[in-house]
Amino acid sequence: MASQEKKKNITWKEIKKQKVLIIWSLVLVIYGVIFYYLPLAGWAMAFQDYKPKNGLFHSAFVGMDKFKQLFSDASFIRVIRNTLGMGVINLIVTFVMAILFAILLNEVKSNGGKKTVQTISYLPHFLSWIIVTGILHDALSSTGIINELLLKFHILDQPLNFFAHPKFFWPIVAFANVWKETGWNAIIYLSAITAIDPSLYEAANMDGAGRWARIRYVTLPGIKPTIMILLLMNVGNVLNAGFEIQYLLGNGLVQSVSQTIDIYVLKWGISQNDFSIGTAAGIFKSFVSIVLIVIANQIAKKNGEERLF
Amino acid sequence: MEKNKSGKIKTSVWDKVFVVCNTLFMVAFVIITLYPVLNTLAISLNDGTDALRGGIYLWPRKWTFKNYITVLQKDNLITGAYITVARTIIGTLLALVANAILAFIVSRKNFIFKRSLSLFWVVTMYVNGGMIPTFLLYKNLHLTNSFWVYVVPGMVSAFNMLVIRTYMAGIPDSLEESAQLDGAGYTTIFVKIISPLCKPVYATVALFVAVGQWNSWFDAMLYNRMSSHLTTLQYELMKLLSSVTNQGTSAEAMKNAAGTVTPTSVRAAATVLTMLPIICLYPFLQRYFVTGLTIGGVKE
Repeated sequence: MASQEKKKNITWKEIKKQKVLIIWSLVLVIYGVIFYYLPLAGWAMAFQDYKPKNGLFHSAFVGMDKFKQLFSDASFIRVIRNTLGMGVINLIVTFVMAILFAILLNEVKSNGGKKTVQTISYLPHFLSWIIVTGILHDALSSTGIINELLLKFHILDQPLNFFAHPKFFWPIVAFANVWKETGWNAIIYLSAITAIDPSLYEAANMDGAGRWARIRYVTLPGIKPTIMILLLMNVGNVLNAGFEIQYLLGNGLVQSVSQTIDIYVLKWGISQNDFSIGTAAGIFKSFVSIVLIVIANQIAKKNGEERLF
Repeated sequence: MEKNKSGKIKTSVWDKVFVVCNTLFMVAFVIITLYPVLNTLAISLNDGTDALRGGIYLWPRKWTFKNYITVLQKDNLITGAYITVARTIIGTLLALVANAILAFIVSRKNFIFKRSLSLFWVVTMYVNGGMIPTFLLYKNLHLTNSFWVYVVPGMVSAFNMLVIRTYMAGIPDSLEESAQLDGAGYTTIFVKIISPLCKPVYATVALFVAVGQWNSWFDAMLYNRMSSHLTTLQYELMKLLSSVTNQGTSAEAMKNAAGTVTPTSVRAAATVLTMLPIICLYPFLQRYFVTGLTIGGVKE
């Protein structure tokens, strides 16, 4: 009661004192409304037969027609499969590789070696997808290093055009993600490993634990909370990971497996000017992302792990 | 940690095998990471026609700077470079100032709208309008075909704000309180007391934003495709790479007046020039992004 009364008394004085803070937060809120919240009003287009000349207020309302149209389009179903498939594969392989790399690097005894390898491992993260896909094209071209090695070791009789076969596309995308982000993603695990109490390792040594047992019973449990929270944060991003690389690496021969929801939106919305279909596809993507986050969060809650909300 | 005094021979043999395998793994990792970059560098410094014979790995066979001279004579790449440098500097400064102010406000313990303001921004991390509504919005705001589309829309980001906020939360309140007793207002506290202490986290966020600005190409393609004077380096590189991806043939080289410059060698040179600034800088900034990632990711 007393504190409540105190709070009431303070209010006006506080507002005056916090004037600067309030003015600046207002400026930033206006910015946020324009750039983050206003586009949400555009979702109305998905329920309209939007025509630019009529605008948002005078286009005909069509209910769920655009969504029905979307789901009766076989290519959209394929696009959902591609986005989810590549997203989940990438999430799993980049996670496993980053954790594996962090644990193995931690086992390197020489400090100089450790530092050098780590510094080199960050490098690809700083390269744009333009550069990474350019490098991949070179490496996998018919005269590239991969074909050269495969020919030299007689695994192949003649050069293989990797980008012409749909079956190679998903693995190439997964490899590119691993190549680009393993070192970067390992940073967090390495610092989590450093934070593990050294006495745990000493105790493990006393008990005669070998290297494997130390990793299995000390290191892995030590970084488990970090793994869980990162997994949670990334599950919601599964669908967002499907644009740049697929757009840059895809070609006519592999488009059945390369096109993702974002590419579909770009194709229909921007190139064909069908804003309604593009928006509907975008809404579907947001919806699936939020459902994924909530499910992941719920699973974490049930298992007593850390969670986002 | 080398305390295996009980002398189990079996364990130590396996241990040695592990150490050897692990070292091999690390060596392979380094080779796979570095080889493509070094190979591109070697090809960019090698005579174009000669490179088509193959067999260039880590070292040029026939040295030349012609590829670089050709690249530096391409006007669109030069324009792209200017715009990219400009957007990186301006975009980073704007984002840093805006995110720092927001983080400062949100981390004031007795600010009356603290919770609602935080929520307002955290929501933006999970919900967004999507590509089409955003595109139309920028068009209506006359941000398309303008430089400002590169630096204004992404200025405040909830993630970067949270990274700074977490760092600011670690600064003792007593500093702010004693300054207030001396009559300092919030502006003074922000500029003179909190900001100097936040230099490391400011560096981190600046690095994140700068790398993003330097590497982005999609906004140039989507919003400024019609304005060639607003093109960016990565977008020009993309056009260069996609125009020759499937035709690095000798016939192409023969058509070239110089005879020694091929599309493959030119795009290698352009690639090297585009990644050079970042490759030279990032090793010195390591401690900043390591701390940034740790506070941003683990604590949220």
